[in-house]
Amino acid sequence: MTDSKNKVIELEKAVIRFAGDSGDGMQLTGSLFSDSTAFAGNDFATFPDYPSEIRAPQGTVSGVSGFQIHFGSNDIHTSGDQADVLVAMNPASLKANKNWMTNDAVIIVDNDAFTEKNIIKAGYENNPLTDGTLNGHLVVNAPIATLTKAAVSELDIDNKSAQKSKNMFALGMIFYMFNRSYEKTFTFFENKFKTKPLIVESNKLVLKAGYNFADTIEAFTNTFKIAPAKLNKGRYRNVTGNLATAWGLLAAAERSGLKLFIGSYPITPATEILQELAKHKQFSAVSFQAEDEIAGIVSTIGASFAGALPVTSTSGPGLSLKSEALGLAVMTELPLVVVNVQRGGPSTGLPTKSEQSDLYQALFGRNGEAPLIVMAASSSSDCFYSAFEAVKLSLEHMTPVILLTDGSLANGSEVFKIPKVNSLPKIKPPIAKANDADYKPYARDSKKLSRPWAIPGTEGLRHRIGGLEKENISGNVSHNPENHQLMSELRQEKVERVADFISSQTVEGDENADILVVSWGGTYGVMLTAVEQLLKEGYSIAFTHFKHIMPFPKNTEDILSKYKKILVCEINMGQFVNYLRMKFPKYDYGQYNKIQGLPFTVAELKKEFITLINQ
Amino acid sequence: MENIIDTAKLVLTKKDFESDQMVKWCPGCGDHAILKSVENVFPELGIPKEDFVVVSGIGCSSRFPYYMNTYGIHGIHGRAAALATGIKIANPKLSVWMITGDGDSMAIGGNHFIHVARRNPDVNILLFNNKIYGLTKGQYSPTTPKGSKTKTSPQGSFETPFNPGELVMGARGKFFARVVDTNIKMMTRIFKEASEHHGASIVEILANCVIFNNKVHGLITGRDTKEDNQIFLEAGQPMIYGKEKDKGIILDGAQLKSVTIGENGITESDLMVHDPTTEDSGIHIMLANMAPPELPAAMGVIRSVKAPTIEDSVWASVEHEKQISPLKNVDDLLNSGSTWDID
Repeated sequence: MTDSKNKVIELEKAVIRFAGDSGDGMQLTGSLFSDSTAFAGNDFATFPDYPSEIRAPQGTVSGVSGFQIHFGSNDIHTSGDQADVLVAMNPASLKANKNWMTNDAVIIVDNDAFTEKNIIKAGYENNPLTDGTLNGHLVVNAPIATLTKAAVSELDIDNKSAQKSKNMFALGMIFYMFNRSYEKTFTFFENKFKTKPLIVESNKLVLKAGYNFADTIEAFTNTFKIAPAKLNKGRYRNVTGNLATAWGLLAAAERSGLKLFIGSYPITPATEILQELAKHKQFSAVSFQAEDEIAGIVSTIGASFAGALPVTSTSGPGLSLKSEALGLAVMTELPLVVVNVQRGGPSTGLPTKSEQSDLYQALFGRNGEAPLIVMAASSSSDCFYSAFEAVKLSLEHMTPVILLTDGSLANGSEVFKIPKVNSLPKIKPPIAKANDADYKPYARDSKKLSRPWAIPGTEGLRHRIGGLEKENISGNVSHNPENHQLMSELRQEKVERVADFISSQTVEGDENADILVVSWGGTYGVMLTAVEQLLKEGYSIAFTHFKHIMPFPKNTEDILSKYKKILVCEINMGQFVNYLRMKFPKYDYGQYNKIQGLPFTVAELKKEFITLINQ
Repeated sequence: MENIIDTAKLVLTKKDFESDQMVKWCPGCGDHAILKSVENVFPELGIPKEDFVVVSGIGCSSRFPYYMNTYGIHGIHGRAAALATGIKIANPKLSVWMITGDGDSMAIGGNHFIHVARRNPDVNILLFNNKIYGLTKGQYSPTTPKGSKTKTSPQGSFETPFNPGELVMGARGKFFARVVDTNIKMMTRIFKEASEHHGASIVEILANCVIFNNKVHGLITGRDTKEDNQIFLEAGQPMIYGKEKDKGIILDGAQLKSVTIGENGITESDLMVHDPTTEDSGIHIMLANMAPPELPAAMGVIRSVKAPTIEDSVWASVEHEKQISPLKNVDDLLNSGSTWDID
């Protein structure tokens, strides 16, 4: 496969976007290309972009499903702004992605799909392949449907089934273009369709046909190669944020010696966490699919009372339904981890699109004074460590934690260096000992202010807890005014003191710059990339990214105080910046917000930063 | 909140379960008798006192956990069933008792109530049905009879009430019993049977709210009327009731009918014999729906059918997966599937 006639050009990185109808198998195509990318030793990040309908009307723009991969020989922190190569399986996918490719992107189309009917369905007036709209692009016309049929003509397979392999033709072309071997993909077919040898054979034939077609037609003047990335020694894999979250929770269960319980209700884009945990009963992890969001969290509080490692997962509207129960967890001072995978809101909003707009809800969305820990994962692979830490803090400090991730992290994937579970810190919840004569339900640890966790079934520790205010230490129901003030302050202080147990906030880039750009949660990769590029281009800029939001790391104000200009960037209308204004009112904060259901692009951030630098 | 340390675990008395907290229900409230009955039952079950957990939602009845010296959790309105399910799945050895009312479980918690019945965790659910909202001072509930004048139905309620038993069986519940708060002996016996049933045992207690709905069950519980308006169902026994023990229930076509033994040639052998164990709930629903004046209200265990509990199924699955899974720990999981090494 290296006997290519064309010149091979070495690239540092590239972005490919596979787009087709939601039934065209673009997600599978993308993930197979990701596997081969991993095998080639590149660093990469991916992002699927699909409609909220399972099968929207065929051939329409709303039914387009996309998968983008950004891969390279250097640190890759984002799934890429715009595609260098677009695979468009029909006119609608070309139309839907016209703004998501570079001006000189290579476009591979299935021109069999560019029928008059499909062109009109996509909303084009003329055939975009011939009317000049694609000037500047290298357009590779491939009669994919026809050639797919031809490729399997020797097999006893009907055309309808054969056409299901169309996506493999496109994948074959891309493999050729990037000098990839297809052996690993063949192994995948063999495993996936073990009992269907005909399907294995047809997929192989079609993939090879695509590869050979690309080679034969000489449409590409050259092919590309990307050197392996210089990653640290170790074992790697590809993970999505949701998978990493589930695994981080399981690792925490192992390090705490507790049995994990997840009570949850399916909701996009959080569902995979429940699904993944449901697979792992061998670790004594129990999943309970509740009748609604409320039962999801309340059953988990029950499990927490009973001594399990308690987790519930949800997304924005689900978190709204869980508000009252979060108050119960605050009042009972039980551990509870709530993973909230943010999506576009309010209400049903944009279920498959990402946003950072649940921060206010996480911080403030409860009745009464109800403080809890709020943290946010910064990348798909960081979801593993954030989930682990969320459990550790929740169990050791006896308080609910809301971990915010988002749709981009949840469904996006990146390279993950596999850690050894025993290299992760031990988790030691304050479980009360049987027949402890000094046991009191609301006695507190002197450093953490956490109360002891007395698990039903333990001799000598019978007690009652609940939503009514409790007397400090004894835990008896109390309406005493001074006690309520004291308990409100203790609950607040308990969460504030978590700051003594988390890492310090760090600054990246040029610490001595005048300008500090600030972000939190899922935007870390794109922010870092923009900052790194500006530093390379000679600009002076500092960057700090928050994972811990309530409480803040102790040195937060020290950092904010050092810079002349602060710009806070988030995918919402300014929730974090307003929280900073409330917590640290001495400083002036600029803000850059975007709320389109789309991630930031590196280009727009750089533009914004340069404008600020030049002011 | 003293915790008495007692190593003689299983020789328990009522005292072991009495809390030192002041019981704040109204004088004359039916809940006092229910509390007494539960305190009677717990020492008799052969369960260590540390293994009891009393769970509740919100309402007058839901203060119950504070009045028992056991582990207890007083939850939020309507959600006790979810709490109880989580506790029981997480730790199946616990004896979980859920205390709830008609507002808590028929209205705001209706969803959780039907699902706990269907999932069948081994929890004992005591549903205090006083047909009124007591803690908020007298509004109609989903079990308030149509036409009742309450603070929020001054012209009389317009709504068709639920019958809890019918709801339990509609939700494919496996155990339903009914008792009256005026009969401690009956409550004690039925609570014990509920505890011994492996699965979700739902006991409706016809409870009197002395302040806002006094004597709502008067016809069924009244000293002079109760014997003609209650029938206590015994498994395997003919359905006989009445002051003179001369009345009985027959199946007339597709309907239950009250008859008098000795009249129209009716003998005891014509009467229905109670079988709570039939999988088909048809007759059980009819029995749960019986109401005076035409028919007596059914008391005792109306339905008791064996079925696997959710926690048994869950933990059996855990054991099975432990046997067959190639993943022995989380390291195995992280390293499963497609990975690659950088040297």
